[in-house]
Amino acid sequence: MAFLEICNYDKTFKDGFHVLNDINFTLEKGEVLSIIGSSGSGKTTLLRSLNFLIPVDNGKMMLDGEVLFDSASNEKVTEKTLRDKRLNFGLVFQSFNLFPQYSVIGNIMLAPSLILKEKIKTYKAQLKADKTLSKSERKALLSSFKVAEKAKIETDALELLKTVDLLNKKDAYPCDLSGGQCQRVAIARALAMKPKVLCFDEPTSALDPELTGEVLRVIRSLKGEDRTMIIVTHEMGFAKNVSDKVLFMSDGLIEEFGSAEEIFDNPKSEKLKNFLSSVSNKDGDTTQPVNE
Amino acid sequence: MFLEVTLDLLQGFGTTCLIFILTLVLALPLGLIVAFGAMSSFKPLKIVVKTIIWIIRGTPLMLQVMLVYYGPALMFNIPVTERFIAVIIAFVINYACYFAEIYRGGIESITKGQYEAGKVLGMTKSQIFFRVILVQVIKRIIPPMSNEIITLVKDTSLARVIMLAEILKNAQDWAAKGFIWPVFYTGVFYLLFVGLLTIIFNRIEKKLSYFKV
Repeated sequence: MAFLEICNYDKTFKDGFHVLNDINFTLEKGEVLSIIGSSGSGKTTLLRSLNFLIPVDNGKMMLDGEVLFDSASNEKVTEKTLRDKRLNFGLVFQSFNLFPQYSVIGNIMLAPSLILKEKIKTYKAQLKADKTLSKSERKALLSSFKVAEKAKIETDALELLKTVDLLNKKDAYPCDLSGGQCQRVAIARALAMKPKVLCFDEPTSALDPELTGEVLRVIRSLKGEDRTMIIVTHEMGFAKNVSDKVLFMSDGLIEEFGSAEEIFDNPKSEKLKNFLSSVSNKDGDTTQPVNE
Repeated sequence: MFLEVTLDLLQGFGTTCLIFILTLVLALPLGLIVAFGAMSSFKPLKIVVKTIIWIIRGTPLMLQVMLVYYGPALMFNIPVTERFIAVIIAFVINYACYFAEIYRGGIESITKGQYEAGKVLGMTKSQIFFRVILVQVIKRIIPPMSNEIITLVKDTSLARVIMLAEILKNAQDWAAKGFIWPVFYTGVFYLLFVGLLTIIFNRIEKKLSYFKV
């Protein structure tokens, strides 16, 4: 069985736009999937639906042997279970969406610290239930638990900052960083939740061309660590280079799905051929000198 | 004579300050509730709240003070005896509506991405609001808020329409005795008070200047 399995994902917007039309694909653990396609083809909607930000009308999702979503089941989804399900996925946004009032390390540690608070509560209840402990023993255990867990969150955050090469900026605020640095913090922030699948929604589209390289380099470095990733991107060279699988979407449909070589070197459908040639033309245009 | 006037005006100024502080303490939280009502996805509630805001902002505060004070007696034959309470009720409702619109503007100016970022990091709705959104809203609304609060200082003088002995009413009592200068002297009190508030708001703004929204 595949690590991630998407079956029959279907979504129609309120205005009647059929944005996802019977989407099916599978992904193995540690694989990198790129989703390409022109604007409006539904690729971002697909990514956001995986993160439960957009509800789909129909479909089923399995991850790591667990059913995460099934439109056929009548089971009521509470906010708590929805949050837990969401945490299987990380999402890096096009526009970073860092929290401006927190420092770089604060951005990374905020969500883990909030989860730790819940953990502390359950641990406290556990200790209380254990009648063999005296009150002072309980207190000592709880406080050492707190200290250890907090330290762990901080070492994890520092480790992640090292991964994205921003250790020297740990106390800076997002407004003092370049776009590329912001996006690298956002990647570290997403990784801090240890998601099973890390998703990127056009991670370099909001960046100046000279800053895209540093972000793509970080994403590529993550691939080596056996991480499952799904990337919506317009960077064809990057997609070809980093992906194990590529999914080409057009008008809400999966037009082609295959290995990077199959998609880029041997496109079958007319639509994909047209798309690839239009993208490479565009790349060509930017290198042309402007004649006035 | 000067000392006598000053002491008399100070007494009135005490009432002025009391109106100011009570209105602020009560209207700031009430305004947030009104703001959530005005942003509610439950249509009937939204319409009712928006209508109330329209009526309150659409009529003079002086009229509202008079209505609260004289209204019950005229309509239901229940005389309101406490002028001070009547003033506070009218002021709190009035300012809650103005504050609500400021809150609403601030909350709606925060991008959807901030909520989404909180969601994908597994935060609850209240964690997103209190840990992520609120401070950004506060930073955004400090300038319009300070404007409104400074207006409140001067609006307290409307309380004299129902003969509440605030600073300007006391000064006018002197004018009735033939001394006109105490009326203008009150300006000094207002100026000092507003000056103090301006310093406080500048401090808050500076404190929140370490980040940009």
